[in-house]
Amino acid sequence: MNTILEGFRGFARYFGGVMGADAYAKYLEHHEASGHEDAPMSEREFWRDHTDRQDSNPQGRCC
Amino acid sequence: MGKMPDGKARTVITEDALVPDPKLPPTSVDEAVLEAEERKWTPAKIAIWAAISLLGGVSWFMLAIIRGETVNAIWFVFASVCTYLIGYRFYSKVIERYITRPNDRRATPAEYKADGKDYVRTDRNVLFGHHFAAIAGAGPLVGPVIAAQMGYLPGTIWIIIGVVLAGAVQDYLVLFFSMRRGGRSLGQMAREELGVIGGTAALIATLLIMVIIVAILALVVVNALGESPWGVFSVGMTIPIALFMGVYLRFLRPGKVMEVSLIGFVLLMAAIIGGGIVAETEWGAAFFTLDKVTIAWGLIVYGFIAAILPVWLLLAPRDYLSTFMKIGVIVMLALAIIVVRPEITVPAFSEFASRENGPVFPGALFPFLFVTIACGALSGFHALISSGTTPKLIEKERQTRLIGYGGMLMESFVAIMALVAAISIDRGLYFAMNSPAALTGGTVQTAATWVNSLGLAGVNITPDFLAETARNVGEESIVSRTGGAPTLAVGLAHIMQQFIGGTAMMAFWYHFAIMFEALFILTAVDAGTRVARFMLQDSIGNFIPKFKEHSWRPGAWLCTAVMVGAWGLVLLMGVTDPLGGINTLFPLFGIANQLLAAIALSVCLAIAARRASFKYLWIVALPLAFAAVVTITASFQKIFSPVPAVGYFANNAAFSKALADGKTEFGTAKTVAAMEAVVRNTMIQGWLSVIFVVLSIIVIITAMVATAKALRNARQGIAHTDHEDPAVPSRAYAPSGFIPTPAERELVAEWNKLPADLRLEKSAHH
Repeated sequence: MNTILEGFRGFARYFGGVMGADAYAKYLEHHEASGHEDAPMSEREFWRDHTDRQDSNPQGRCC
Repeated sequence: MGKMPDGKARTVITEDALVPDPKLPPTSVDEAVLEAEERKWTPAKIAIWAAISLLGGVSWFMLAIIRGETVNAIWFVFASVCTYLIGYRFYSKVIERYITRPNDRRATPAEYKADGKDYVRTDRNVLFGHHFAAIAGAGPLVGPVIAAQMGYLPGTIWIIIGVVLAGAVQDYLVLFFSMRRGGRSLGQMAREELGVIGGTAALIATLLIMVIIVAILALVVVNALGESPWGVFSVGMTIPIALFMGVYLRFLRPGKVMEVSLIGFVLLMAAIIGGGIVAETEWGAAFFTLDKVTIAWGLIVYGFIAAILPVWLLLAPRDYLSTFMKIGVIVMLALAIIVVRPEITVPAFSEFASRENGPVFPGALFPFLFVTIACGALSGFHALISSGTTPKLIEKERQTRLIGYGGMLMESFVAIMALVAAISIDRGLYFAMNSPAALTGGTVQTAATWVNSLGLAGVNITPDFLAETARNVGEESIVSRTGGAPTLAVGLAHIMQQFIGGTAMMAFWYHFAIMFEALFILTAVDAGTRVARFMLQDSIGNFIPKFKEHSWRPGAWLCTAVMVGAWGLVLLMGVTDPLGGINTLFPLFGIANQLLAAIALSVCLAIAARRASFKYLWIVALPLAFAAVVTITASFQKIFSPVPAVGYFANNAAFSKALADGKTEFGTAKTVAAMEAVVRNTMIQGWLSVIFVVLSIIVIITAMVATAKALRNARQGIAHTDHEDPAVPSRAYAPSGFIPTPAERELVAEWNKLPADLRLEKSAHH
């Protein structure tokens, strides 16, 4: 049972990664690793910034 | 440089002059160890590859040589998967060894430009899924369906062999070269490598090609939704669903991407089921039964609004929904085909394979089959993605082979699945659905009579059969539902109902398929409009600097209106075309996409000439030559062919003459207005072909010149000017393929033992 649950969690994590759901976690990781003095953006601020940057930097989707 | 315990240097690559941090383990598996691992053929390894080759060989034999009554779909799966494995294991390694030569000691942009936002090191398996979701869309689902007119074998061979030798090569090379240049776009690379003339021609061609591609994708949606209240309702509902998701993510629960995607998915299913109920009601049928012109106008207005709305409100949430559906649907389709294993009755080569007057698309097998199937075999559009987000996320240089080459193999597999789904339906039904209304007459009686009169072996359909199929999938009519999407939807419904639900579920599966195709296409339309708008703004900005300010509203709105207007015109032309729309315009879509591939491969050739020996340039030259010959031949036939069905100008002349002779109907055009529309449309289509082919020839010639110059310099020993970013030593390690090799595992273990404070790289620029 535990292995099934673990497998499902792994899959959910992978799927989340593909969808880009872990972007904030990665940002925090980077923020910490690069030794910034200032506090990181909050989750809300980060996602706001995330989509607002796409406004001026659009990415194509393929046919 | 890392040392072995006995003091010997650990790596043999020293010419890169990178000085790694001595406190860290090596950032790359020793070349010699890698080489030894590759050269070592254990009995187990030999047995596995012998089995793969044997299975692949048998499958190809079953598909191509055996001429039974039917062929089982499972052979398509085996033939493609075995060929992909061989191509990936052997051919892509040749490219890696002689052209790209990745160096894991070098940091990737995701490492040296890391910002936690755009440049983020991403796990290779996750990035594989991410890249695949970005490149695959409705294209590989539509082209193979239309090409099935010629029989299953020509399309199957082109999809499988084409991807191994051309499509995946292009994606891999563009990804690698862009990664070495900090994630620069194809346009910027073209400018750098080919100079001002080549670069400008590439830019204009790219812009025009995007307009055509967006227009024809939109045409596919319009054709699928015309006179279909169920489809219009459920696809229309995706807009409020996406808006809701956008608000949810922005204000209610920011960052809960998976949660909102699940909610969106449930709502989407409800919209499909609800669509069936609404279409049954009198008011629903009255309100949502729209003709194609209305839908086209709706799409144009929608396209404009969607492209100027903020990304968070519509584009981003729909993108999540689209990615979510994409992965799910493709896994589902593959599973269903493997479980159901439908018998295929379509012949390997149909009667139309040797003719040029096929009703679905006109023209001979060469070159038109190769442009009809673009996505799935060789798609130039991918070059824009491979030089966009993906290169900024790559963790290690060696992973580009898995992501670039491997990702494209996956798309090819999707194309094969789509082909199988489309040819699993009755052949008469296929022609009744995919031939323009001008030929079928639009009713079940006329369509059945017309299809039976084609004289196709084993085809004999009745009006009742057509009516019953329409009833099963919950549509008013399925006659002349051109564009590929409805045929795929019927095929998918046909397979899925044997898997889950039976005939009662067919209508659901049909609209489920239409829904996801529409979702992919709408995302591509709206993202494509935005990208094109920015390209236009930057181009105008060279003359009027104000336009370069992306936040300047009037400029943004004007450029959006221009781009939407451009694709809108082509879309309306296709929708109102008396000749049928898809069959005149789809070749233009394929030609545009392949010309973009020729442009991308030209840039790759010019770059490769500076870094590889002449001996191995054929790896790039081969797909380039093929794409160039196919598209230029196709363009020339479209421009110069005297056969009216093939040549735009020949058709134009025929209709102009008929008008001049005072005829009031000619061929499939029944009124003077329709005849005038044909004259106008063929003129536009003809000139578009001329512009495309001229621009592409300019790009190819400038690339040849750049290549020749690079080779001459190499012979004379003159150093090349290199446009790569300067090499920075890497401070991290990750394996290159899905399954790490023993040496890679060892190195990963070594890295895992590293104290945490050393493992995370400190970026220098903060």
